[in-house]
Amino acid sequence: MISRRDFLQVSMAASAMLGASGFGTWSRLAAQQALTQDQLLEFDTFGNVSLIHVTDIHAQMKPIYFREPSINIGVGDNKGAVPHVTGADFRRLYGIDDGSPAHYALSSGDFSALAQAYGRVGGLDRVATVINAIRAARPDALLLDGGDTWHGSYTCYHTQGQDMVNVMNALKPDAMTFHWEFTLGSDRVAEIVEGLPFAALGQNIFDAEWDEPAELFPPYEFFERGGVKIAVIGQAFPYMPIANPGWMFPEYAFGIRDENMQEMVDEVRAQGAELVVCLSHNGFDVDKKMAGIVTGIDVILSGHTHDALPEPVLVGDTIIVASGSNGKFVSRVDLDVRNGRMMGFRHKLIPIFSDVITPDKEVAAVIDAERAPYEAELQEVIGESESLLYRRGNFNGSWDDLICDALLSERDAEIALSPGVRWGPSLIPGQKITREDIWNVTSMTYPNAYRTEMTGEFLKIVLEDVADNIFNPDPYYQQGGDMVRVGGMGYRIDISKPQGERISEMTLLSTGEAIDPARNYVVAGWASVNEGTEGPPIWDVVEAHISKLGTVRLDPNTSVAVTGV
Amino acid sequence: MDFTRRETLALGAGAALLTVLPFRAFASVDDLINDFTGGAETGEGGLELTAPEIAENGNTVPIEVSAPGATAIAVFAAGNPAPPVATFNFGPLAAAQEAATRIRLAGTQDVIAVAQMADGSFVRASKTVKVTIGGCGG
Repeated sequence: MISRRDFLQVSMAASAMLGASGFGTWSRLAAQQALTQDQLLEFDTFGNVSLIHVTDIHAQMKPIYFREPSINIGVGDNKGAVPHVTGADFRRLYGIDDGSPAHYALSSGDFSALAQAYGRVGGLDRVATVINAIRAARPDALLLDGGDTWHGSYTCYHTQGQDMVNVMNALKPDAMTFHWEFTLGSDRVAEIVEGLPFAALGQNIFDAEWDEPAELFPPYEFFERGGVKIAVIGQAFPYMPIANPGWMFPEYAFGIRDENMQEMVDEVRAQGAELVVCLSHNGFDVDKKMAGIVTGIDVILSGHTHDALPEPVLVGDTIIVASGSNGKFVSRVDLDVRNGRMMGFRHKLIPIFSDVITPDKEVAAVIDAERAPYEAELQEVIGESESLLYRRGNFNGSWDDLICDALLSERDAEIALSPGVRWGPSLIPGQKITREDIWNVTSMTYPNAYRTEMTGEFLKIVLEDVADNIFNPDPYYQQGGDMVRVGGMGYRIDISKPQGERISEMTLLSTGEAIDPARNYVVAGWASVNEGTEGPPIWDVVEAHISKLGTVRLDPNTSVAVTGV
Repeated sequence: MDFTRRETLALGAGAALLTVLPFRAFASVDDLINDFTGGAETGEGGLELTAPEIAENGNTVPIEVSAPGATAIAVFAAGNPAPPVATFNFGPLAAAQEAATRIRLAGTQDVIAVAQMADGSFVRASKTVKVTIGGCGG
């Protein structure tokens, strides 16, 4: 049903914007002159329906740096498949030149140098410009937000998500689904959702007590666009009460519920839907598996695992679109829907180069107004970094190394644990570290930095448990984060083994001794899902540590040995 | 200590269970299924077992079984100290041969359902339900 010709027309922003220069030969100015807003937006409007997808913005309203992962290992059927292809391999796969804008936007490698050349990415005022341009070409384009929107910054925390609600409302989305939003607590979520001027969807958001669909979150919404009856079905993050503190939203149950998804697809088709779109926060591999089980979905707009793919992935007749994170990308998907069938598509992943795309004045004013009361606190300089600070990667990131160092020294611990989340922008060498930067990688509603004792045996159980959430060969048993970050302890992991057998050679780095299963170790960590966790908020711990250091310098982390890849 | 004593104990208890019990089908589960089927072969299809892939709370896991035309459906939690969970018997006037309940799972394990069909044959379905410590999703 998707013609080969249309598939070949799938375009990538990169192909339109490649400069002639190789890596390292141009100045910042020259690099940016090679890119224009028109090139980034260039798109031959196609068919009769346009979808605009943004996801996992994590409250990043302003331009940032964001380094894509260099280690993102796929397991089972997804071994070696996108999005588990990184760096130079990713560029070879998609025909992206080294040093090109697409290299910088989509893949890791030479990040610090390219960041100097190409500048920051994202900014919701720039995103607004892109959305407006698409709407100029297709006034009734659908804007769909995949969630993780009302979480992840200083202002978002202090306004309980209101800053993001206000800014997103200015972008006028048509529907949204959810994940971290629920960590605002169910009362606050209900308060916001009841006032939203667009659909809050989740076919898998259930009432925990009755195991029935939750009334506040309808499974789907119909739209009539370009003469086409479109059903958008929401799929919230399936494992919220497991990956996040369930006690903050005890009224709700989630799960993948693909059998209910099939029922919803059948239901909307029976009601005349000609195009079925799933707005998903499943994570990419889960979406791929679901697309192979549930029949009748035309497009899955995939979120959660923060992957940015320049082409959709096809599973049967379903196309899966992955649009990155942190406001760095907008996906445009044009579809030709005739006689109740999707006949073809054209797609473009648009990187938001902040220095190239003109900010939309109206949305810029809304952002400024939200930030104004907090500007002094946000901009306060706490220190400076000589090293690149980033988070993404399966096993560690330099931001997390710094956070673990802060936990070890400020909480006087032998071992530190930091959650393997994928949000949080990067800082390039030489940048000042502001309070806002620290909050961008730590902001959450359960930030307490605990200090406790754990036996060596229990530490192994923790590592094995988290490892299975990432490396279980069946995507339905994965939660979509990365490995818990560990400070003060090294280990070896064989990702090909089953749970209980992956982790070995746990070593206390301060002494070089093997971890004793029977001994108690003093462990500091944060983001515990347990109710009543005590300790100072992690941002205070990190801020105290950085201000003592003044200048941050980090050595490469070699404490995790990975095998079985 | 920032975990309360109670929480640390609770966490420790969960962990102990995770390590001590081998969560595979016990030999006794096969025996129990044989008791239910009278040793007959079990086929596939016609029996749907709905359970979460990962339990939100191992103490109360919602499951559902459905087998149109069945006269009885037995449910086993293969890794629990006492695997038999329930047997649902459907009389001739039953409108639908389905049942939903919540079960307690001691750890990651297979939940197994076996249905006896009207013609006396048996079908089987199973699903692995993971019970995890949780934390840190992206």
